[in-house]
Amino acid sequence: MLIQCKVRRFNPTVDKKPYFSTYQVEAEPTDRVLDMLNTIKWELDGTLTYRRSCAHGVCGSDAMRINGRNRLACKVLVRDIGNKMTIEPMMGFTVLRDLVVDMEPFFEKYKAVKPYLINDNPAPVTERLQSPEELEAYDDTTKCILCAACTTACPPFWSNPDFVGPAALVNAHRFIFDSRDKAGAERADVISSREGVWRCRTVFNCTDACPRGIQVTNAMEEVKRKLLYDRA
Amino acid sequence: MSLAERAIQRRPGTNFELWSWYYFRISGVLLLFLALGHVYIMHIATPIEQVDYAFVAARYARPFWRTYDLVLLLLAMSHGVNGMRLIIHDYVRPRGWRVFAHSVLYSAALIFTVLGALVILTFQPVET
Ligand code: SF4
Ligand code: FES
Repeated sequence: MLIQCKVRRFNPTVDKKPYFSTYQVEAEPTDRVLDMLNTIKWELDGTLTYRRSCAHGVCGSDAMRINGRNRLACKVLVRDIGNKMTIEPMMGFTVLRDLVVDMEPFFEKYKAVKPYLINDNPAPVTERLQSPEELEAYDDTTKCILCAACTTACPPFWSNPDFVGPAALVNAHRFIFDSRDKAGAERADVISSREGVWRCRTVFNCTDACPRGIQVTNAMEEVKRKLLYDRA
Repeated sequence: MSLAERAIQRRPGTNFELWSWYYFRISGVLLLFLALGHVYIMHIATPIEQVDYAFVAARYARPFWRTYDLVLLLLAMSHGVNGMRLIIHDYVRPRGWRVFAHSVLYSAALIFTVLGALVILTFQPVET
């Protein structure tokens, strides 16, 4: 099928402001959007810049706005989008070039929630045993690949870039609900702060955006409820 | 410490946002009943031409209705101001504008609350 693809371009060293380039690309309906971008880059316009690595939906490097919705370009088929496509970088981050955005502030917030297991008790001889129910409590949020699709789909984040954002909260949830973790209070200081989980307005854009199907909004509601029960 | 961490940890350990969030839910549920009750009494159960000075005076002869209206006033004001505070936090980013917006909001809130409470508490019917 022939696709008319509009891509938002910006090269800060030469362009004063972003503009759109339109390409006519031939693609199989079962091609992924990433394949189509590759065709553009390899055959039509070598200056087009975007990130991709695994091409199989696990590295999280090619999240972008496709027809107004955040998707992984490697995980969505051309036929599911249609023959008119508008591709933009994720919103709310600084554009470095074309579809490549500065992810540093995103990872800073991720680090701020201490996304690692903290437990200073002496390690048991065998493993720290967990029941299937205990695993179930945080299983969903272990799936995050840090693509930032959720955070950059979040209207409160668009207007307030200080908000820690759904991705960091998903990863806080991952450890807060892990029965082996002991740093709930430390994390609570960050996620219950002014720019923490309370900025969430349950818009559900994050849940729609997540390529891993994580129930992002639900995770944040669980975090809110837990903070309320623990601190009240 | 990174920039984001500083922004996040400016006021660690305070539960203000937590309580603000919780209060929002509770006051919202209460307001649903109180406000709908108010609308029902003033606009549906009573024909509009009967809602006059005498009607209000008769209502305010009973402490129950004064209390009802006072609770409604305080809940509606605090719930609304809390919402406006969050909207300002979300959308008014420049410091100066934010201070200005907050000043207007809290001044208006204070004036309307005091004015409303004054009427509810000190209303004395005069013979007509
Ligand atoms: S929660 Fe989903 S959308 Fe958000 S960063 Fe993780 S994988 Fe991406
Ligand atoms: S390229 Fe790795 S997730 Fe798409």
